Amino acid sequence: MERAELLEQATAAKQAQKRIRIHCCTSTGCQASQSLDVKKQLDNAIKTHNLGDTVEAVGVGCMGFCGQGPMVQGPMVEIEDADAPAEKKHYQKVTPEQAESIIGSLNGSGEAEAIQGDPNHPFFSRQLLIVREHSGRIDPERIDEYLAVGGYQALHHAIYEMSPADVVQEITQSGLRGRGGAGYPTGLKWATVAKMPPGQKYIICNADEGDPGAFMDRSVLESDPHRILEGMAIAGYAVGATQGYIYVRAEYPLAITRLQKAIQQAKRKHCLGAQIFDSPVDFTIEIRVGAGAFVCGEETALISSVEGGRGNPRPRPPYPAVSGLHGCPTLINNVETLGNISPIIRNGAEWFAGIGTERSKGTKIFSLTGKIRNNGLIEVPMGITLRQIVEEMGGGVPGGNSVKAIQTGGPSGGCIPDRELDTPVDYDSLRELGSMMGSGGMVVMDDDTSMVQVAQFYMEFCRGETCGKCIPCRAGTMQMYQLLTKLLDEKATKRDLDKLKELCDMVQATSLCGLGQTAPNPVMSTLHYFEHEYLELLQPDPVTLAANSRG
Amino acid sequence: MGTETHRDVVNRLSPFPYSLFPVPYSLFPIPYPLSPMSVVTLKINDIDVAAEAGKTVLDAAREAGIRIPTLCHLDGVSDVGACRLCLIEIKGIPKLLPACVTEVAEGMDVTTHTPQLDEYRRMTVEMLFSEGNHVCAVCVANENCELQDVAIEVGMDHSRFTYRFPERGVDISHPQFGIDHNRCILCTRCVRVCDEIEGAHVWDVAGRGAAAKVITGLNQPWGDVDACTACGKCVDACPTGSIFRKGSTAAELDRDRGKLEFLVKAREENQWTR
Repeated sequence: MERAELLEQATAAKQAQKRIRIHCCTSTGCQASQSLDVKKQLDNAIKTHNLGDTVEAVGVGCMGFCGQGPMVQGPMVEIEDADAPAEKKHYQKVTPEQAESIIGSLNGSGEAEAIQGDPNHPFFSRQLLIVREHSGRIDPERIDEYLAVGGYQALHHAIYEMSPADVVQEITQSGLRGRGGAGYPTGLKWATVAKMPPGQKYIICNADEGDPGAFMDRSVLESDPHRILEGMAIAGYAVGATQGYIYVRAEYPLAITRLQKAIQQAKRKHCLGAQIFDSPVDFTIEIRVGAGAFVCGEETALISSVEGGRGNPRPRPPYPAVSGLHGCPTLINNVETLGNISPIIRNGAEWFAGIGTERSKGTKIFSLTGKIRNNGLIEVPMGITLRQIVEEMGGGVPGGNSVKAIQTGGPSGGCIPDRELDTPVDYDSLRELGSMMGSGGMVVMDDDTSMVQVAQFYMEFCRGETCGKCIPCRAGTMQMYQLLTKLLDEKATKRDLDKLKELCDMVQATSLCGLGQTAPNPVMSTLHYFEHEYLELLQPDPVTLAANSRG
Repeated sequence: MGTETHRDVVNRLSPFPYSLFPVPYSLFPIPYPLSPMSVVTLKINDIDVAAEAGKTVLDAAREAGIRIPTLCHLDGVSDVGACRLCLIEIKGIPKLLPACVTEVAEGMDVTTHTPQLDEYRRMTVEMLFSEGNHVCAVCVANENCELQDVAIEVGMDHSRFTYRFPERGVDISHPQFGIDHNRCILCTRCVRVCDEIEGAHVWDVAGRGAAAKVITGLNQPWGDVDACTACGKCVDACPTGSIFRKGSTAAELDRDRGKLEFLVKAREENQWTR
């Protein structure tokens, strides 16, 4: 297929769209607050107002402001037009009854009844959208919408204009690092798989997002599934793999349906499957659904699960890049990492490398939750400070309390105290603070939060999610949980606290996989920054007490 | 390959037979190494050790007479690196690595025992004792138990951790064998030996975390599993008294009181009947 033909398809898809679009979020979050009914009422209102020729209500992906859903945006006017209503509006917490008035307000007569948000609020204006550039703007269930915004052109460009080595080189130069948490350089990973001798190789997209309070990957998959398929196909071309798997957790049914639809449509358009765009490049993608184990986000456990085995991690090396799925070289990337690929190919490595800090390039999506006024998804350039995120974008803590700590990185991360809020957000700074970037969960805690309880919560999570293969993680998390419970019951002594510290060190040093090695992090970071909260709970040691009373 | 002569090599590599065109050694030096098997040298606890490439550090250490405690390792089946007892320090690698799955490499500098490693090992064994119900005095494997041996080796005399006394079951539905989950340390040796050597794959692991346990068949009573060939390899593989042969437990001990009567009768009345 010629490039011109693809561009023609894009133009045709664009022309097929109505002049005025009303976007209604249909992601899981907004669906839970009846956004599907809102969409239905919008459609009805368009019919009753006889606006069917010019106006359409489009069910789109996540717009980010999930705490205020259902979100409706519009009128979106793609083509410059004098008669078109100029200003686009953000409607929040829209009810199905309000749909009628939104459509009614289109001709300028009267105001819509729905609550209007400020589109220039820092929550939106401070964002820089790369991975979420189309989220909330296109209908994820129709490939035409993706083609209309230039979809699959990066894949076409890679296949026809670049050699596989060029693609790897481009990714390396962009400075992109893995968005799954650890921040391993993506280019290096690709180069390792590409340099393995030719033969069967695999691409796996890790969509087993399981951190409590994290929903970035779900949103990307639900809002723009084709972007992930395109990223995987480019990766497949670059490293010489013809088969890809997307490992999604079963708790994301909407993401799974949309991915399945996307794969079917992409195959029909020759953007996937055998001989992509009539070139000799083949790439097929299959979905594998997880069975609810957090540990399957660990790459070796994930591979074992894709193979049909029990999701147990195995010791590394050999790394999956050398010996992964069925013993073949396997490239495993996180959803967000793969979402960055097509913009990098489209705009060039230099453009990407110009965003962010020296050692962390690009943007990062965070799911901002907890004690915060504006919660939802934000995509911010690396290097933005935590204070800007929490105070400007998040709007601070509701109810007059102040921020006490921010938890990043889920059960593998740690708590960052308020005095470190001016730290720039990048892989290395967060690690220095004893936390980590993680996959992007960001939970804000206020003064009322007990940090020991926070540590206990995460330890309870790890205790329940450890696979049980290695002893330090299986028995160590259990012992740590018991000690934390004892502390909170105000029955623990100094000796118990010392034991807890020893356990943290031991579990971290000796566990088999990342889950166990990072499980003590929430305890260690809260112990480091909030030790007084632990000390306040301690009881006098009965032995010393007895000795003193006797003496 | 090791016994290949200069003539053999020339015959193999040169298009002309050696007998017709004898080639002097200087013109056709033998490309070393001849053998595909190579040997690396490494240091274990400051002792120079030569080991075949592809062997694990655990093998090399054993050959050199250096003992590294293990529980999940079993000669003859694959290694999983689960018990974390064989963790070693390798110079230049920040993480501790399990000796049973780490291949030897040229110039590797390995330390198998440091106060820190010994402490970790002790804690690991303490955790094992506190998470199950390990009561040596009433166990079939008493004095013939690898967990007990390792506890002695790492110097564990008591556990600093809270004993959890979990409620776990016993399955004696199999006619010949039984499994007492209270004594199981989840080393998965039974799983591997049944899968890799017997080829029956009767055993597997189910559940997560504290609920993880080895199961037979599809979590059926062992006696109902048709795949079991009753070969007894799992009994031999089990490091503790968890999987045992029936009749060997203390409760099943059958005392032959009649024999005493018989002996007395035989001695006093010269009647050799029972």
